[in-house]
Amino acid sequence: MRRPAFRPALATALALTTSLAALSARAEMPEGISHFTLPNGLETVVIEDHRAPVVVQMVWYQIGAADEVPGKSGIAHYLEHLMFKGTDKLEAGELSKTVTSNGGSDNAFTSWDYTAYFQRIASDRLPLIMEMEADRMENLSISDDDWKAERQVVLEERAQRVDSDPAALFAEEMNAVVFDNHPYGRPIIGWRDEIAALTREDAIDWYDTHYGPDDAVLILAGDVTPEKARRLAEEYYGDIPAKAEDAPRIRPQEPVKQTARRIEMTDPRVAQPRMTRSTLAPERDPGQQRQAAALTVLADLLGGSTQTSVLGQALVLPGTALWAGASYSGLSLDRTEFTLSLVPSAGVTPEEAEAALDEALATFLEEGPDPADLERVKTRIRAAQIYARDSAHGRAYDYGQGLSTGLTVEDVNDWPDILSAVTAEDIMEVARMVLTDQGSVTGWLLPEAVETAAGAPAAGAPETPANAQEVQP
Amino acid sequence: MIRVAFAAVFALLALPAQAIEIQEVISPGGIEAWLVEDESIPFVALDIQFRGGASLDAEGKRGAVNLMTGLLEEGAAKRNATEFAQAVADLGARLSFDAGDDTVSVGFQSLSENRDEAADLLAEALTQPRFDDDAIERVRAQVQAIIRSEATDPNSIAAKEMAAQAWGDHPYATSVNGTRESVAKLGRQDLVAAKNRVLARDRVVVGAAGDISAEELGLLLDRILGGLPETGTAPLPEDADLQLSGGTTVIDWNSPQTVVAFAGPGLPIDDPDYFAAYVANHILGGGGFSSRLMEEIREKRGLTYGIGTGLATGLYGQTWQGGMAGSNQTTAEAVELIRQEWAKMSEGVTQQELADAKTYLTGEYPLRFDGNGRIASILAGMQLIGLPIDYIDTRNAQVEAVTVEDVTRVAERLLDPEQLRFVLVGQPEGIEPTTADATTN
Repeated sequence: MRRPAFRPALATALALTTSLAALSARAEMPEGISHFTLPNGLETVVIEDHRAPVVVQMVWYQIGAADEVPGKSGIAHYLEHLMFKGTDKLEAGELSKTVTSNGGSDNAFTSWDYTAYFQRIASDRLPLIMEMEADRMENLSISDDDWKAERQVVLEERAQRVDSDPAALFAEEMNAVVFDNHPYGRPIIGWRDEIAALTREDAIDWYDTHYGPDDAVLILAGDVTPEKARRLAEEYYGDIPAKAEDAPRIRPQEPVKQTARRIEMTDPRVAQPRMTRSTLAPERDPGQQRQAAALTVLADLLGGSTQTSVLGQALVLPGTALWAGASYSGLSLDRTEFTLSLVPSAGVTPEEAEAALDEALATFLEEGPDPADLERVKTRIRAAQIYARDSAHGRAYDYGQGLSTGLTVEDVNDWPDILSAVTAEDIMEVARMVLTDQGSVTGWLLPEAVETAAGAPAAGAPETPANAQEVQP
Repeated sequence: MIRVAFAAVFALLALPAQAIEIQEVISPGGIEAWLVEDESIPFVALDIQFRGGASLDAEGKRGAVNLMTGLLEEGAAKRNATEFAQAVADLGARLSFDAGDDTVSVGFQSLSENRDEAADLLAEALTQPRFDDDAIERVRAQVQAIIRSEATDPNSIAAKEMAAQAWGDHPYATSVNGTRESVAKLGRQDLVAAKNRVLARDRVVVGAAGDISAEELGLLLDRILGGLPETGTAPLPEDADLQLSGGTTVIDWNSPQTVVAFAGPGLPIDDPDYFAAYVANHILGGGGFSSRLMEEIREKRGLTYGIGTGLATGLYGQTWQGGMAGSNQTTAEAVELIRQEWAKMSEGVTQQELADAKTYLTGEYPLRFDGNGRIASILAGMQLIGLPIDYIDTRNAQVEAVTVEDVTRVAERLLDPEQLRFVLVGQPEGIEPTTADATTN
């Protein structure tokens, strides 16, 4: 879904309906946050925290697995691995070795909407890592020796993280059903046979097309001033030319769903039945984050803590479920999902557990949120803002992920106030949208022989939904 | 205006981490803590650790300390589980409770504006937990679920087998969760007893960081911990004797990959060779992408997504261990390479490897002190180990002092491939187990 041209006007209209606090937040940057854009299009965000002589550099490329073409799944993630294989100036592995031998650490991760690289190091070494990161933005070089061995590493990664883990295989299957038209339905790491067929040419083509300063966001967080950040960004990234064409990220969208769908997977390695139910839900969009904020609060109300949440009190405390939760993340370029999950208690059948869930949801839709619970969620949000200032690295993720999924710095700044302004009416509006059978996908992951008798068991919380999945090299 | 203020802060704080000032605090009631005061964010983080942890489970009551710890946030004094969680949430405070082999740890984060109220809630959880029947049954069911789940997780299976072979009769040999049978039998009295064994003032250490003065912290400590018994009812755990033998254990598991765990003898942090071993480990398998094992097994051959080693320095027993996962077809090759690299460490390391390891280890150290939560944990950890309060100032010099000869000496002493035990969970091809049956499962 390309953002329609009328969006800015609409955003202004919406902003008028939000609280004064939200408006005033728009007027100024939060303490310690600043940003600028270089002439070649590289947007840079600086997050200051001078308590320790540490700095984090992150480069987020606005390209990810959902931008791949059919048949080449996994290329975004494979390229991420190959980005460590050297440039005209750097030997394969030299970037990581240099970072490490300077006391720093580095890594990278790929998601559907972005591919990001980061280093954490003493702040006096910032020029060193910026020089190397800028170098591989422009001069990646993949030798004949390296690309096949690295493809093997990726296949082992898939074997370890997905093929050996029934919960991960199940998540892949769920995802493919929830998104049957949008590329979010494909695994980030790629389907095994398609990974095995990726070539050096595929990788170079991906890099040449998508890696450039105008397709990236640079985040510098920690012990660095805005002045120094700008000087160093200009010095190291300023001369890299923008890519000629900036293709819009238009992907096939999900059609309106007419039915409720169900899948079931059985695996002897599963200790305990678990259910996941997903429905499509709107994402955070520039100037339009109200529904996403309501969905975020809804997830917290329904599944936040066992002792106080709606599902915890309705299912877990009475002993129907061992665990019940709800999750939603609006940081997504296209429509995302709202997910409910539960693990039935021993002696409770999947059918009984699911019926109890449906009943709890129906009650919630009828009665709405408890005002005291809503107030508590707001308190938690306000406190979380203060605790978040303890980690510049964490705040770097907030901005990097936001800017890679179509938001502006102002949208990220405004988010806590928009969350705080959510009303019971907002919550019920989105609850009616996502807590519905139509278009839902319900999946059960089951042990080979369902024995819900004595001491049935299982892991704690199910994994976070697929849109939070990240894959590291 | 704001810019100028920042510039001033920068000038003050762009000092080496060695300049971190730790205050030794003794509360009016006699409770000790280490504090790093920093007013820049209006909250405080405490890391409270009770020595002994789950290793203080009574005979036949394995899992009691873990279950007790899980119930501390499930209702206290006049509040039931829901009311207690609501009261914590109303303040925006964060409490966490965890039972490990060496300690029961309690995390506390509170906004400055309502710190005393949050402290009162934590005090109630520690001194007046209710252990309500319905809460016991609910948390027990969750623990049983974890036990069942670990039984079908190849990484847990490997770790449990290694622990069982390594630690004999010591609690380290079994999981802190207990077994299905032991957990099923635990009653309320067992939980009360477990609490009295562990949660006492004679075995607590506290690290604190954030927006609080030494005097305020003293009062807060008495508020939180003053109501605890003076002494625990169980003596601290004995040291464990390592009983690991060299060889290979294979546990059949139907999966495309084999999980590989390996371990040999380690050493405690107060051992004179500790820093030599620390540097050696970095070169062998601790250094992420730049270690010898990563280079040989991942980078050159693509046999795994990742391999790493570490010094497991438990307070009561230590190993030098590592792990990876790889295809069943190539596990034998990877295991052989691990043995070779394990042995090669005794042939010495290069001056370059040593120099690179030192720049990393000394450069990385100050980066750890970048947040109240992290600093509080470091301060608690230092006290648990018994490190001096000026350790942060001397630590990098101890790393710098390690020589090539030191590394060779500690490798000869500890990195003997004949003493290395492999536990393989999977269906590795071409590997003969030296131990036919696993001791567990």
